[in-house]
Amino acid sequence: MTRTATAATRTAARTRWLQDNGVYVAVGVLLLFNVLFTANFLTVGNFTTQLVQAAPVLIVALGMALVIGTEGVDLSVGAVMAMAAAIIPLYLGAGPFMAIVMALVVGVLAGAFNGFLVARVGIQPIVATLALLVGGRGLALVIADGQLVQLHDPAFLALGTDSVAGVPISVLIAGLLALVVAALMNRTTFGRQVVAVGGNRKAATLAGLPVNRVLIGVYALSGALAAVAGVLATSRLGASDPADMGLLMELSAITAVVVGGTPLTGGKVRVLGTVFGVVLMQLVRATLIKHNLPDSIAQMIQAAIIIAAVYVARERR
Amino acid sequence: MPTDPVIEVAGVTKTFAGVRALSEVDFTLHRGEVHALVGENGAGKSTLIKVLTGIHTPDSGRVGRNGRISTIYQEVNLVPLMSVSANLFLGREPRTRFGLIDRARRDAEAAEILKGYGITADVRAPLGTLAVGEQQMVALARAVAADADVVIMDEPTSSLEPREVETLLGVVDRLHEAGIAIIYVSHRMDELYRICDTVTVLRDGRNVHSGPLADLPRIELVSLMLGRSVNEIRKHGTTAFGEGHHAGAQPVLEAVGLTSRPRIDGVSVSIRPGEVVGLAGLLGSGRTETAKAIIGALPLDGGTVLVAGQPVPHSVKGSTRAGISMLAEDRKTEGIIPNLSVRENIVLAALPRLSRFGITSRARQDRIVDTFVTRLRIKVSSPEQKVAELSGGNQQKVLLARWLCTEPKILLLDEPTRGIDVGAKAEVQALIDELAREGLAVLLISSELDELLDGADRLVVLRDGTVAGELEGDQLTREHVLAAIAAEVRDDADSDGSD
Repeated sequence: MTRTATAATRTAARTRWLQDNGVYVAVGVLLLFNVLFTANFLTVGNFTTQLVQAAPVLIVALGMALVIGTEGVDLSVGAVMAMAAAIIPLYLGAGPFMAIVMALVVGVLAGAFNGFLVARVGIQPIVATLALLVGGRGLALVIADGQLVQLHDPAFLALGTDSVAGVPISVLIAGLLALVVAALMNRTTFGRQVVAVGGNRKAATLAGLPVNRVLIGVYALSGALAAVAGVLATSRLGASDPADMGLLMELSAITAVVVGGTPLTGGKVRVLGTVFGVVLMQLVRATLIKHNLPDSIAQMIQAAIIIAAVYVARERR
Repeated sequence: MPTDPVIEVAGVTKTFAGVRALSEVDFTLHRGEVHALVGENGAGKSTLIKVLTGIHTPDSGRVGRNGRISTIYQEVNLVPLMSVSANLFLGREPRTRFGLIDRARRDAEAAEILKGYGITADVRAPLGTLAVGEQQMVALARAVAADADVVIMDEPTSSLEPREVETLLGVVDRLHEAGIAIIYVSHRMDELYRICDTVTVLRDGRNVHSGPLADLPRIELVSLMLGRSVNEIRKHGTTAFGEGHHAGAQPVLEAVGLTSRPRIDGVSVSIRPGEVVGLAGLLGSGRTETAKAIIGALPLDGGTVLVAGQPVPHSVKGSTRAGISMLAEDRKTEGIIPNLSVRENIVLAALPRLSRFGITSRARQDRIVDTFVTRLRIKVSSPEQKVAELSGGNQQKVLLARWLCTEPKILLLDEPTRGIDVGAKAEVQALIDELAREGLAVLLISSELDELLDGADRLVVLRDGTVAGELEGDQLTREHVLAAIAAEVRDDADSDGSD
């Protein structure tokens, strides 16, 4: 009762600031820590390694952010990566370009199928995409006949190993896609319709918005981005490995999106936050590994970060 | 009258984010008193209730409670998937000898209690299957059955139909006789004067009047709420509608034989440009369904919608393209998109038109948003403010702006003034008038007869999903409408005062 009004206001303002900027602060703090305490951190080689590892996660997380913005979730992204990986050796004979296009087509189709189940059939996103999480990897293994296939096409492998002006191609692509998705969200009718559908689907329907088309579009985009990630990861690995490709990727992507400040309740998509969410999770792992802590500890710390992020983001009353 | 206070509040001040919601409010509730709490939206009623019930702690002042308080909110706070009887007894179920829930006794007692509230539905059915009005009754029964000394009712009748209102007012009378104190929040004058002994008027967070209600003329009460002089209100009346409109000769909208079983059956409505057609009828008579059928949001078993003589494809998109827009009844669940700004909420439906090749133009959006914010006098700190932070009246104006910037030919308004304060209500009514004068065809749905009678040029009366009559000219009177509504179902509830 003695608490003054200004103090309450300040607390609310501080909470909001933390919600909006917490992920940037966390990344800043971790970077500072590493610069001070981690040997060989401030080297080009290390940065490149970190970014190359983070690139596929970021690409998948961008699509995931859009899906989560519509109050949905896409659990099938890892399986779609595996399907893309399985497709590549089949078409590599026709050239790397053809192989990549076919992988993307499969990603779009898989995503559109998810979107169809969600929008038209009315199945809950978590269930609809769970089906493809299970079935998609099965299909990928059938396509690849359960085999790991070594790839030898130099042009295709260059995608995963070459750099332009010192920046690895996969990192370049991830950065470019982040810019494209940010522009899509902020500057196009489609982007605004995504958050409108996520914010209040009933109102969006009554406003004459093409709700089904938006939903199918969002899932198709998520599928396409997952396929891109699958292509890049396959190229870096130098082999098509549908059994392991993208395993648990859905969880990494969801984590990054949530940590980046996009609420699971939909109606808001934070692209830059998602980028930093991916960077943060990557940094946490790298930091712990460099300080000789096992991966199991890293996982527990990641869990703590997720809880902290959700705690900060919980609805103010 | 007993003078024993059950609630006594003195000098309470409460501030949110720098805004004073209550300042120095005194409020006393005596045992056995029915106390009206009135004021415009944002006057501080809800905050005061939350201070009384202990949800909010005041920044300063004293709160004295001497009894148990039950609150019934506007929106039902029960569990829709559980049975009616389970909801009624939630947390205090009758037990068997072994400490298990005695379902048989619970159901029997629930049926018995609810009969007193006019509910004869199966108490074992999930609560969600009941009509909203019935759910409200269950909430009320639950609150009363909890042996409360004070019952606070926050706009309990806003979603009830007239017969249910009668039942509710009857229950209030019974509580009154049993010596339970009641705080009754409502915008409806008739109800207040029927059942309340005393009144407290809040305005801008201050208590501007407390005293016996019967001594206070209605117009005086309205002037206290608005802070405007009695003369000013006399001159402009209680609704802000002007004279009739000059309608065009040919109907711009013709809905023929709309059928969607079991809700509506063969409803036909036509509206000419510049005409306001009112849709009257009880809750559940098919008013909202008719509007939804016209806009294409309700699957049809039969019927067609023509705009300027051309059939319209039956979908929201098709209707919108043909120039029909609908302001939905439920602002919160079917209207605003809470996360988005005022600007984005306004341009939502018109966005494709304000964009080129799918790329939005901020300049064009700002221009149109500015126009409407000024024209509709929407009170915002900036167009980038979140729409959820606005008052109900301003949210409603934002939604009106959303539809107006699609430049519709036909506007369907479903309860456009429900739950918004008196001032905003008058503005919305004046705006409807203005739009009709500019040549828009308007379908107006309202539960308030005065609003329909003053605002509409013609009334279509619905009963049980069919058209029970059309009234215009001299027939636009309360008596004619009630006669048309009641033709078959005679409403026998008498309406004597409570004391």
